[in-house]
Amino acid sequence: MVIKSSTWELRGEYDIVRARKAVRQTAQELRFGIVDQTKIITAASELARNTVIHGGGGRMEIEVVAEGIRNGLRLCFLDEGPGIADLGLAMTEGWTSGTGLGLGLTGAKRLANEFAIESTFGHGTRVTITRWK
Amino acid sequence: MTERIPILQIGEFLLVTIQGDMHDQLALTLQDELTSKIVKHGSRGSLLDISALDMVDSFIARMIANISAMSRLLDAETVVVGMQPAVAITLVELGLTLSGVHTALNAERGMALLRSKLGGAAKDGYQK
Amino acid sequence: MSKKQNYAVQILKNAKTEILKDWFAELGARGVPDARGSEIEWQNQAGEFLRILGDSADSLEDIQSSGAAPVRDFLESLSRTRATQGYSSEQTAMFIFSLKKPIFTRLRKEFPSDLHRLSEETWAASDLLDRLGMFTVMTFQKSREEIIRRQEAEMLELSTPVVKLWQGVIALPLIGTLDSARTQIVMESLLQAIVETGSELAIIDITGVPTVDTLVAQHLIKTVTAIRLMGAECIITGIRPQIAQTVVHLGIDLQGIATKATLADGLLLALNRLGLAVSKPTS
Repeated sequence: MVIKSSTWELRGEYDIVRARKAVRQTAQELRFGIVDQTKIITAASELARNTVIHGGGGRMEIEVVAEGIRNGLRLCFLDEGPGIADLGLAMTEGWTSGTGLGLGLTGAKRLANEFAIESTFGHGTRVTITRWK
Repeated sequence: MTERIPILQIGEFLLVTIQGDMHDQLALTLQDELTSKIVKHGSRGSLLDISALDMVDSFIARMIANISAMSRLLDAETVVVGMQPAVAITLVELGLTLSGVHTALNAERGMALLRSKLGGAAKDGYQK
Repeated sequence: MSKKQNYAVQILKNAKTEILKDWFAELGARGVPDARGSEIEWQNQAGEFLRILGDSADSLEDIQSSGAAPVRDFLESLSRTRATQGYSSEQTAMFIFSLKKPIFTRLRKEFPSDLHRLSEETWAASDLLDRLGMFTVMTFQKSREEIIRRQEAEMLELSTPVVKLWQGVIALPLIGTLDSARTQIVMESLLQAIVETGSELAIIDITGVPTVDTLVAQHLIKTVTAIRLMGAECIITGIRPQIAQTVVHLGIDLQGIATKATLADGLLLALNRLGLAVSKPTS
């Protein structure tokens, strides 16, 4: 269940910084510990950069969610870009690859409690990560 | 948003203090400026103070690794100091170990480390 | 639908004093002890609740709606207080549920002959109170969990004391099992202590850790890696023979982490690393 949500444009690199600030603010409001805050902000930075550089720009949605007794922070990164042809390959540990796309996704996955990605070649990508308190 | 990162010259070393949120272009500019200054001043080492960085993602990690590698090619050592615990934990989780990058707890220790590394080089016979 | 909700709430508005009296009696009958609070306090709280319900009458269809925020806030604060005071969730929910009888009694008086209307209003009132009661139970459990979590964190902090052995050397004697959650906290306090004391050497003593499996080893390795990243070094001590065997059998690679059997040996190694030596004074 979504308690609160906000949307942030991701077009250029200043937007990546703004996105980080917004995530930090919300994480602090939710009183996440400092380590959890850092993890989700870092994940957000990775995915925001992916959206700007590989997705041709898009947006990030911050949602404060509640599931029964627990509260969490959910971030959704959407773009209408080229999409990912081979999700399996993109999700492997290929961080030395030139595109740098692989690390962003696998890194974010490791820093979040929940990770989901939908992408169709030619139709954009949608990555959702959640961190529970 | 910060537009320039100050690079101070302290004797034969350079001190770079990274403040708060760095956007991507600023990181790239820093790489350029630092390497230029190393050549310009003939610096043998630089201290990268990241105590104000509350987040280091793969982009910044790559910047740090690049600075270290480029500096080494210019015969200068780099020591990263002041990494925050939460940042260290997150980097470990990301699997980014910054191998090849020297680190120290604070600027004082960082300087000592730089001097000890240069002490070794002097033994090669290359005197400044 | 909202017209139906309003009826029970209308009764609460119009017959407030009577309802309060019956409500209190009902609570007493169900054995909810109110010795923890005074009767006046209770009257104020209950009166407040009825007033809030009346004000939010239009939004009670959906408790999660913004119009029902005052009701939610009240119930959350009620649950939290009761949880801290040591009430059970049953007793806390009873605050809401025991409101049913007084309302049903009033409804029977209002509709003595219209049975159809009576059953409709009774259902609406019952449904409303059920939902409010469930919300109260949920927030009660949440408060309880928060209290427990806080107590756990305090206990964990107490059980992971970081000790300064020497200028530049700190030690963390670990006692008990190392699970994910515990390791996080342990890691954080050790790293924080390293920064605060400016210690280059950290000794993690695992004498008190019963078993070391692949997971525990992974946690330890992560901790050591983080320490190295920050510019300090780590020594693991307290390796018992059984642990040494387990580590080798499981093929765990401790990646060049210095290990010693005893904390004393670890301290000696640390001092050596700092360029110090222990010697007897020549008399």
